[in-house]
Amino acid sequence: MSQSLRLRGGIVSILILLVFLGAWWGATLPTQVDLGDMDPEYAAMMGLDTVKESDIPTPGDIGSAIWTHLSDPFYVAGSNDMGIGIQLAHSLWRVLAGFALAALVAVPLGFLIGMSPLMHKALDPYIQILKPISPLAWMPLALYIIQDASISSIFVIFICSIWPMMVNTAYGVASVRDDWLAVAKTLEVGPIKKAFKVILPAAAPTILTGMRISMGIAWLVIVAAEMLVGGTGIGYFIWNEWNNLDLANVIFAILLIGVVGMILDMIFGLLGKAVSYKEV
Amino acid sequence: MTTPAFIQVDGLEKTFPAPMGQEPVTVFQNLDFEIEKGEFVCLIGHSGCGKSTILNILAGLDAATDGYVFMENRQVTGPGLDRGVVFQGHALMPWLTVRENVAFAVKSRFKRHSKDEVNAQVEKYVDMVGLTPAIDKKPHQLSGGMRQRVGIARAFAIEPKMLLMDEPFGALDALTRGVIQDELLAICQATNQTVFMITHDVDEAILLADKILLMTNGPFAEVAECAYNPLTKPRSRQEMHHDEHYYPFRNHLMDFLVNGPSTPYADKLEGNEPPPVEAPADRPRRVVNG
Ligand SMILES: Nc1ncnc2c1ncn2[C@@H]1O[C@H](COP(=O)(O)OP(=O)(O)OP(=O)(O)O)[C@@H](O)[C@H]1O
Ligand SMILES: [Mg+2]
Repeated sequence: MSQSLRLRGGIVSILILLVFLGAWWGATLPTQVDLGDMDPEYAAMMGLDTVKESDIPTPGDIGSAIWTHLSDPFYVAGSNDMGIGIQLAHSLWRVLAGFALAALVAVPLGFLIGMSPLMHKALDPYIQILKPISPLAWMPLALYIIQDASISSIFVIFICSIWPMMVNTAYGVASVRDDWLAVAKTLEVGPIKKAFKVILPAAAPTILTGMRISMGIAWLVIVAAEMLVGGTGIGYFIWNEWNNLDLANVIFAILLIGVVGMILDMIFGLLGKAVSYKEV
Repeated sequence: MTTPAFIQVDGLEKTFPAPMGQEPVTVFQNLDFEIEKGEFVCLIGHSGCGKSTILNILAGLDAATDGYVFMENRQVTGPGLDRGVVFQGHALMPWLTVRENVAFAVKSRFKRHSKDEVNAQVEKYVDMVGLTPAIDKKPHQLSGGMRQRVGIARAFAIEPKMLLMDEPFGALDALTRGVIQDELLAICQATNQTVFMITHDVDEAILLADKILLMTNGPFAEVAECAYNPLTKPRSRQEMHHDEHYYPFRNHLMDFLVNGPSTPYADKLEGNEPPPVEAPADRPRRVVNG
């Protein structure tokens, strides 16, 4: 039943793709230009053609762009001309560095907030004010203080990843069931062991949900951040290709961002599954 | 001079602070009772009279408003490994297997045990409750009765001086309940374990308990009677209703629960029973909820 559902879903997905590609292909067919009563030979001499290529890249253009980029992803031909793999690696590195730093701060702080009602009350106003700030709003300040575009991007990722992780960790820690804590108390379990052996595993699924949300936001933000500061990265690549008016490359990069984002999300989905448990 | 009892409860009282605009509630007061070493004591009372609160105070998880609990002459001020607790809702950690759940307790109790020693101890007590085939399963893969047995194994595995059980079989069907009661009885008789257990079930108390504490309804609940079980040991579920004391004792307990306190059972036995008192008309007649 679920097997056949998956199969049918797959078939419909492919059909949708084919319809979409067909429509795209149809819409970007070269158009016949009406040259009026002009002599065709004269028109050809003037460089005017009766057939006009579409301004929008065709599916074929995208296909060849994908092929070109993926067949040689790691070349470096200058500071403005690097393989897509290199650009992607720059973006991923910034995301992972900012995300890891955020986790180092958010998880312990979330623990503190979740375990201490006092700290919850004390830190809540700051969190509520800082959370809704668009991460890019920090960029000028970061650039001024840090004076380094790449590290500023990492900082922006850090600041946008921290909130979902912190809030979820605090929530997960605060809602650990009382009877598990009572078990730990009757067994005279020390605070460190209690944190790692009872609270952490109990809250792990909620914490990972927070990390998954953070990673999603970080991947959204890195593209914008790199467009803003330039230099390297997938966001810069898009901006650069836009300046070159190479829309095929822009579309290719958009697809790539989507695929990488999906993979990152899947990784966190799997991690979440690994630490999840069935309550009884 | 008499030697003091293993557990000594003196003038225990619990008052919960007032919710907004209301009077504080004194759940129970003036509680005095004793538990001897090796004794199996059951506490019976209506829902809400404060039984769980008493057990939590004995476990050290809750603090009394007034009064003291002494264990071997030392005041109980917090939880400790000398008391094993079987929780009403089993309280197993769902991310750990049966083995890991019990090992968590064993490692906390026997910090110097090697891996092999921990494992041996775990397997011994899992086997005791008959769960060896399920030892590597997670709690959600077990039935309700099996989970409760893991809870019992975990409490026994730390070899506590006293076992505290809060309606351990409350959520089980009659059949499973009977099987586990038999197991518990056998284990307690073999190990001479001191047990304090809360129950709603009169037959369960008669089967298991040496001494039954009867609580009145709250607020201001008290232990109105401490009845010694007249049925001779060893008792069994199959045979116990043939004992001549079974029906009089059972009736006495039921009367207490339905009509409230009357002449203590010990006085009735001595034959100097005063004329039966009519239950006050205003007292709500409640059936025992199982
Ligand atoms: N934290 C609390 N704040 C205020 N009142 C409480 C609190 N905990 C328990 N109570 C009250 O104390 C009384 C006794 O509660 P307790 O859980 O000990 O009852 P119980 O005898 O174990 O009942 P049951 O048989 O249903 O388990 C109840 O009336 C309850 O409303
Ligand atoms: Mg209770």
